[in-house]
Amino acid sequence: MHTLSIKKQIKGLRAKEFSASEITSHYLSRINEYNPKINAFITTHPDASLEIANGIEISKKSNPLLGIPIAHKDIFCTQEVRTTCGSKMLENFISPYDATIVEKISQAGAISLGKTNMDEFAMGSSNETSFYGCCLNPWDLSKVPGGSSGGSAAAVAARLTPIATATDNGGSIRQPAAFCGVTGLKPTYGRISRYGMIAFASSLDQAGFIAPSAEDIAYFLDVASGYDPKDSTSLNEKVDITTEEITNLPKNITIGLAESELTEHTDPRILQKLEDAIKVFTSIGIKVTTVTLPHSKFAIPTYYVVAPAEASSNLSRFDGIRFGYQTNQPKNINELYEKTRSEGFGSEVKRRILIGTYVLSAGYYDAYYVKAQKIRRLIANDYKEAFDKVDLILSPTAPNLPFSIGEKSDDPISMYHNDSYTVGANLAGLPGISFPVGFVDSLPVGAQLIGNHLSEKLLLQVTHAFQNKSDHHLAIPKEFEG
Amino acid sequence: MNWETVIGLEIHAQLNTKSKIFSASSTEYGAKPNTQASLVDLGYPGVLPVLNQKVIDYAVKFGLATNCEISSETIFSRKNYFYPDLPKGYQISQLDQPIVHSGYVDIEINGGPKRIRITRAHLEEDAGKSMHNNETHSSYIDLNRAGVPLLEIVSEPDMSNAKEAIEYMKYIHLLVRYLGICDGNLQEGSFRCDANVSIRRPGDNLGTRTEIKNLNSFRFIEKAINYEVDRQIELIESGSIIKQETRLYDDENGITRSMRSKEESNDYRYFPDPDLLPITISKEFIDSIKSKLPELPNAKNNRFINDLKLSEDDAKRLIENPQLSIFFEDTARLTKKANSNQVSNWIIGKISSMLNEKNIAIDEFKLSSQKLAQIIDKVCDGTLSQNLGSKLIELAYDSEQDIEAIISEKSLSQISDLNAINKIIDKVLASNAEQIQEYKAGNQKIIGYLIGQTMKLSGGKVNPNTAKELLHKKLS
Repeated sequence: MHTLSIKKQIKGLRAKEFSASEITSHYLSRINEYNPKINAFITTHPDASLEIANGIEISKKSNPLLGIPIAHKDIFCTQEVRTTCGSKMLENFISPYDATIVEKISQAGAISLGKTNMDEFAMGSSNETSFYGCCLNPWDLSKVPGGSSGGSAAAVAARLTPIATATDNGGSIRQPAAFCGVTGLKPTYGRISRYGMIAFASSLDQAGFIAPSAEDIAYFLDVASGYDPKDSTSLNEKVDITTEEITNLPKNITIGLAESELTEHTDPRILQKLEDAIKVFTSIGIKVTTVTLPHSKFAIPTYYVVAPAEASSNLSRFDGIRFGYQTNQPKNINELYEKTRSEGFGSEVKRRILIGTYVLSAGYYDAYYVKAQKIRRLIANDYKEAFDKVDLILSPTAPNLPFSIGEKSDDPISMYHNDSYTVGANLAGLPGISFPVGFVDSLPVGAQLIGNHLSEKLLLQVTHAFQNKSDHHLAIPKEFEG
Repeated sequence: MNWETVIGLEIHAQLNTKSKIFSASSTEYGAKPNTQASLVDLGYPGVLPVLNQKVIDYAVKFGLATNCEISSETIFSRKNYFYPDLPKGYQISQLDQPIVHSGYVDIEINGGPKRIRITRAHLEEDAGKSMHNNETHSSYIDLNRAGVPLLEIVSEPDMSNAKEAIEYMKYIHLLVRYLGICDGNLQEGSFRCDANVSIRRPGDNLGTRTEIKNLNSFRFIEKAINYEVDRQIELIESGSIIKQETRLYDDENGITRSMRSKEESNDYRYFPDPDLLPITISKEFIDSIKSKLPELPNAKNNRFINDLKLSEDDAKRLIENPQLSIFFEDTARLTKKANSNQVSNWIIGKISSMLNEKNIAIDEFKLSSQKLAQIIDKVCDGTLSQNLGSKLIELAYDSEQDIEAIISEKSLSQISDLNAINKIIDKVLASNAEQIQEYKAGNQKIIGYLIGQTMKLSGGKVNPNTAKELLHKKLS
């Protein structure tokens, strides 16, 4: 069952080849068997999942997603089970409400299997900052799965769930998808409501999905999207993609290969895989040319001003007063704040709160925050100009292969550069997708396509066309095949 | 040597919207603690603010009424600081691009106009309330007020003494009530202000200012400013300097105390709130608000004096209470015989004293303007004496019956039959021989006593003028 695409799972359920209970039990038993190896889930709730599955009757009129299992990144608030955001701060936090994306998906009938591991408060590119232990890469257990949505990507790669929700703030969907050999879509900023998604950097945060294929994602994207009166920044736009439409590749598509200084810092073997992918695109009638993004080298520094600034403010609410971790016996209010936050947050989170507080401080605000916002506009303009010439922009997803656990944890700058190719789309609010394009040293390599605002449909169509001609996305790591 | 005082005010007016500025919670005052605090007000993980459109309408209304420029694009910013009653660790406020700015109001000082410029007025959310119990060393937090919308109205330092500051604050207080955007309740804290006070030698640059926080009565403002001015003069004249600081007014001792110095004050790290999109305010929108703007107090005052011929004092007394001035105009419109002055006398006299006795506001007053108009007309046409009219108002206040029915049931109308009146007067004269003697001896004033006796005997139903006339006639 776990080798079936979501399309085939829906067919199987309708044809009564298997029931919702059976497919749910199947994935639960896989989680039971394999999760201890990779630590992809922070919390599971098998009894609750099964109870829902047992109550499901599938008919021809049912919502197609009825009975399809899914896992949620532990950044989304859920009522039935704790939401930790990968932090000690929220170790015992039970949200009194469901995030809009969780609510929409459960209303469509999908069954939640549990909450996936992640970097603490989504701050990290390796999943190593999780308070609940690092999630491991199913392709090589000595390597990181990427981050921050490492748990979602690893769970999908090991086929512990057919699909998982994830969030992307600088590459947090796309980079782990690339590291784990699966497909990850970060939609246009505002496409999916942020209500109930614990905020890291509000102007960059975007929910999306990780699954083996673009087609799998297409089943869920429309359900999760749309205007939410509880999120003023959500867009009133339907994705407007049916799973039939995904097969209609529009004619005369041009992809621009992004040329920038970043290629010099990229593993040449990854660039070689990208060349192979270009051949596939050309073979299906897609024209490939080059585009330049002159300001892309500023994307990382810009991101590391804007994101920590917003984070320093967003994380102020974790003060030990109303919810979450509280220090023992503080002597006064300042000690309550200081100790709660010192003990409750991990070091990467503290680093970013410090950076963010610094760049917003009187005397530094103009030099950092205001300047970063200006460069952000220049970066967005680069994309705008590029999209006058091409439909989509192609690049590697990450400059390097999955690295070893501990390899970069003492070198934050090198860690941050993992997101060199991905942060631009967040700064410009654009949709991007990462999809597998092969293996180097038995480790997966991902390529990224970035589209114009609201071009998810085209991104999925092009990726789907590619995936019709390749089978990298179908590969399952050996240890998890059974 | 003389000193010049420079005062600027920051007024916080709580906007009387039904729900909060960024959540659907009720803003009703006086509910049990934390019963009007939603997840958004509590700053729970994952929740987001959604702007209440009403506050934009209200702020634009205020801007138009104070000759302000309305920003075509306005943004919300976060003001970051930690405090237990500030759930998110930041207050959503406005820094750059406030919703309205660069306006003015004209107030009256010593019979002449004085212009007070308004720097800006911006929207923000209120914080919750902390209460401390010193005996148990515990603190309690009530977040019902967290997220209640405020309009912070910042003036230029255009006031030069406490009296001007109060006049300005009173005018803004009146204005927000005329606009219907704030209930102006000082006790409940819906209208409060911070005062920036400094002194200088005439012609010098501005001196160092201190800010006195949270003044919620006109009396406190006057006392606090006067105290602060004296304190500053004393300091400078004794060779010290003024420290820029925030001070609190201690109303028990009538002094201001240092709360925190400039060095201790927070770096609020303002930045645009990414959860809220910039708001575009179109000309059409502004025009639609403008077309619904009510008559403002200054204009109404002029109209009352010039068109309705009220005295300046009477006009002022009516204007001071927006609802009362509306009640007055309604009643005046409904009377057929009485003129505006007569109606205003009744409102300022009888009706105001009833409101005081009952300790209610005019919108809780149970007698309709229709019934009041009828009663006033009956006094004007002589059916009722002034006293009977007053008595009838009281009877009608607690009655469902119409006015005519009450008059006939209680037989209140005046006796108009001259024979009947003469009979009463004869009885009065028969039992007051002494007074008649006095009258005849030249003490004409004694007639007042005899009129009183006539009224008493008739149960107030004789028109006192008629009685006076007939008495004079009989005694001459």
